[in-house]
Amino acid sequence: MSKQPTRTIKVDTLARVEGEGALYVKLKGDLVQDVKLKIYEPPRFFEAFLRGRHFSEIPDIVARICGICPIAYQMSAVHAIERALGISIDPSVRLLRRLFYCGEWIESHTLHVYMLHAPDFLGYPDAIAMARDHQAIVQQGLRLKKAGNRIVALMGGREIHPVSAAVGGFYKAPSKSALKELADELKWALDASLATARWVSGLDFPDFEQDYEFVSLSHPNEYPFNEGRIVSNRGLDIDASEYEDNFTEQHVQHSNALHSVLRGRGSYMVGPMARFNLNFDKLPDVAQQAARDCGLQAPCRNPFRSIVVRAIELVFACHEALRLIHEYEPPAAPRVQACARASTGQAATEAPRGLLYHRYELDQDGLIASAKIIPPTSQNQKRIEEDLWHFVSQVATRPTEEITLKCEQAVRNYDPCISCATHFLRLHVERD
Amino acid sequence: MALRIIGCGNVDRGDDAAGLLVARRLHALGVETLAVEIMEHSGESFSLMDRWAGFENIILVDATAPSGKPGQVQVWNARVERLPEDVFPCSTHAFGVREAVELARTMNRLPQTLLIYGIEGKQFSFAAPLSAEVERAVASVVERLVTQVSESLIHNPQRSPGDNLS
Repeated sequence: MSKQPTRTIKVDTLARVEGEGALYVKLKGDLVQDVKLKIYEPPRFFEAFLRGRHFSEIPDIVARICGICPIAYQMSAVHAIERALGISIDPSVRLLRRLFYCGEWIESHTLHVYMLHAPDFLGYPDAIAMARDHQAIVQQGLRLKKAGNRIVALMGGREIHPVSAAVGGFYKAPSKSALKELADELKWALDASLATARWVSGLDFPDFEQDYEFVSLSHPNEYPFNEGRIVSNRGLDIDASEYEDNFTEQHVQHSNALHSVLRGRGSYMVGPMARFNLNFDKLPDVAQQAARDCGLQAPCRNPFRSIVVRAIELVFACHEALRLIHEYEPPAAPRVQACARASTGQAATEAPRGLLYHRYELDQDGLIASAKIIPPTSQNQKRIEEDLWHFVSQVATRPTEEITLKCEQAVRNYDPCISCATHFLRLHVERD
Repeated sequence: MALRIIGCGNVDRGDDAAGLLVARRLHALGVETLAVEIMEHSGESFSLMDRWAGFENIILVDATAPSGKPGQVQVWNARVERLPEDVFPCSTHAFGVREAVELARTMNRLPQTLLIYGIEGKQFSFAAPLSAEVERAVASVVERLVTQVSESLIHNPQRSPGDNLS
């Protein structure tokens, strides 16, 4: 009997602004022997930073955790602290927060669809190479992202690390006329997002489906951003305050980041596919129709089709931003005053990459006694590994180089913050 | 032709602040009164490309990744040479200065002149202080840029400070 050759696909650890990631896959013959995804997750460092800080400082500090989804961190923080302090926000502020989130989703999803994920499907090493052959498409992506940037810049005071979000509301509310100036470009963006959905739905998708437990927020009347219960397709239905009773983090030897799992059940998926599958009926008609036109049905269980789901969420975000701008009336005051008290509050909001959970314990002076932040990439980490186990088995007979590229693509299905790259992986292939 | 000097970086990440500090010191020295515009930027590719739209002459200053020579200053003329990979620290999702320049080159969106000053950093961790080597390099780059801009105007006041960059 001949000895089965062993192939090892190893990826160097990369230093990134938002974290470090590495990938290791070992094959013996065509059988997967091991898959390890290593993540070093920076938000953990921030939890210690926050201790001893006044609650009013938290939105500005947590915005520094991520350059692409600072609003998500701000939104989860302000909602958790407001719940701790028993604050109810003005309905106009609530509307502004949804609009703020629309801007971030447009920025983030456009970046991922056009610049990070599309090159995988079209066979390019990166977006720069893709632009040589698809200049009009890249041009469209750049303009679409800019439409999101404009919302964030107007609402947040600047494009990166916005500074306007406050516990109780905003430091300054925009005028009605300022928001209306965004409308024409957003009308273009809505058309462009529909074109995006048509474009990506025509890409080739590997035939790969998994039986996921999808987890996202669910709101009775809205596609979720800031509010709702945490639900799953397997019966989970909890308030954010029950999150830590139902989810736990596990240490694994090969990673500095904890694996988040559902207690007694294991891995789960958060992010666009989870939101889409659990909230399809809350999407506006234009987004539902766009999904049907793309041949996309809930539940979608092929993670490679997440690029189409993101495009549908782009349609939603542009449409929702226009609706909110149309309905906006400035609040009487941009924020309500918050009084310190010893308390604990939890909140989860929907970051572009999925559920983002925050918990803050405050003392009687409003100083943070403890904080917990569980970002979507931590929650998806175990699920990414499980995808790779199954997917590599499916493509194991292919050449090592092709397996490697497919693995990268499979990781990028989740748009992990640690990927942070047109090409997350620098590869060394070892053969026996 | 108008000249815009853009200092890129993140003030919270040690030596990554180098480009921003150059911009701030040029601003404090009143260089903007010499028909030069100074601005700060995060280095995020896509909005960076927008920042040079409408300007024919651009000077970018950013920190570069450690290679054992902290404080080393390198200058690239991006119109005539490609930027090396792995030299500029990544911004969000690895789209930073290099990617902005190379994507703009591909899409014919480079300004007429684009000089890039890279200051090699030593420490980039969150809340790290500026290293002494980069502190000296920042002062040196500020001096070079003031001289470069001033000489251009002295030798030919009819010309814009950006006209002798290429």
